[in-house]
Amino acid sequence: MQVNEEKFEPTIVAFCCNWCSYAGADLSGTNRLQYPANVKIIRVPCSCRVNPMFILRAFQRGADGVILCGCHPGDCHYTTGNYFTRRRMTLLFSMLEFLGIEKERTRLEWVSAAEGAKFAATMNDFVATVTKLGKNRRLEDLRCKK
Amino acid sequence: MQKMMQDRARELLSSGKVDRVLGWIEGDFVYDVTPHVFRENDIDQLIYHSFASQNLSKYLVGETKKDGVIAVFLRPCDSYSFVQLLKEHRFDREKVYAIAIPCLGKVDAEDLRAMGIRGITGVTDGKERIILHTLYGDVEKEKSEVIAERCRKCRGVHAPYFDERLGEELTKEPLTDRFEMVEKLEKMTAEERFAFWQDELSRCIRCNACRNVCPACTCEKCVFDNAASGIENKAPASSFEEQNFHIIRAFHVAGRCTDCGQCSRVCPQGIPLHLLNRKFIKDINSCYGEYRAGADLEEKAPLNRFDVDDCEPGDVVGKGE
Repeated sequence: MQVNEEKFEPTIVAFCCNWCSYAGADLSGTNRLQYPANVKIIRVPCSCRVNPMFILRAFQRGADGVILCGCHPGDCHYTTGNYFTRRRMTLLFSMLEFLGIEKERTRLEWVSAAEGAKFAATMNDFVATVTKLGKNRRLEDLRCKK
Repeated sequence: MQKMMQDRARELLSSGKVDRVLGWIEGDFVYDVTPHVFRENDIDQLIYHSFASQNLSKYLVGETKKDGVIAVFLRPCDSYSFVQLLKEHRFDREKVYAIAIPCLGKVDAEDLRAMGIRGITGVTDGKERIILHTLYGDVEKEKSEVIAERCRKCRGVHAPYFDERLGEELTKEPLTDRFEMVEKLEKMTAEERFAFWQDELSRCIRCNACRNVCPACTCEKCVFDNAASGIENKAPASSFEEQNFHIIRAFHVAGRCTDCGQCSRVCPQGIPLHLLNRKFIKDINSCYGEYRAGADLEEKAPLNRFDVDDCEPGDVVGKGE
């Protein structure tokens, strides 16, 4: 009997800031750059809007990786939002790693509105990394399984 | 010390300088101490010994909403929580009379029970040694043998925002490096760490004692009380809820935690919650410079400020292995 080995397709949640990264994603689309359909983009007004609980919630609801994209430091639409994001996420990601969650599952990337190519490259790389890691088992909620 | 505190409290009350005194009272057992608001009639019951472990600062949030001035006794660790609360405008400084008292280090009845010391009926404190009077005779111990984990790193120095000092300042050398265990965990592999934390956190019964006792957790409406959030106060049904609660609890006090160790003290399941807080303190110290919550009234908290050239998460995460 032939064993049907299904290829693992990760679910990736990308929080993108409205002013830079979301526009960057748009640009990569208009430039017809390919990035995997596994990436589900959630638009936020600023990367600073992302509460640590959003990230945990995404994992709970079945995300295998969470990436947070914002304007480059110094370019924030609200002047300083992303500097606070950087501090928060440094601590949060470090804590997740401390609890034994694979560190490759979370990432913070700065993508400007002009960097469509960077957006696509980042997403390709992130999806490849998470695919290699496999399913998120350490931060999942069994009750949220379908 | 206890006598001195009672006398001073009585003096303050009778002079009308304060209306109430916040201190510790003995419960059914000598080791079963609770915070209590004293007035002139019951001030003789004020106690202070190795089992008076509660951090009194948080009670000021509620007590200062009442009329009159309240005097409070602050041990070194309490004094940092006191300043941190003051910095966050959680109570009215005018309504508090803060008295700094020295602390010889606290002892937990559970630790003693684990050492086989039972039936404790009294305690005589000393700087180096402690005598525990039990039903089975007296037991004398080196302080360093029995002192609680949270007290091992204490230097005995108060945050300098009190009204008067009672007794002498007792500075001491810390018995251990407080980041020792955090570093040990950091050196483990991710699998080992995950196993360690799953083992610890799976015992959590979500009693919320750690949150309720924490002097940094003073939100009037806690995120964990929000029924619409899906993570409200209830017994954890999956490992995610345990992790989620503990990550968020620790994150919400990151940069504000004074490392008083009350969370681990009250945990009925013996989960070493202070390790999560210390991990944040360690990261903050290494990334954004040494910071001690509650040491200074003006200095901004590390998550409330930034530097243009702060490190990126990728520079920090995973560097322990």
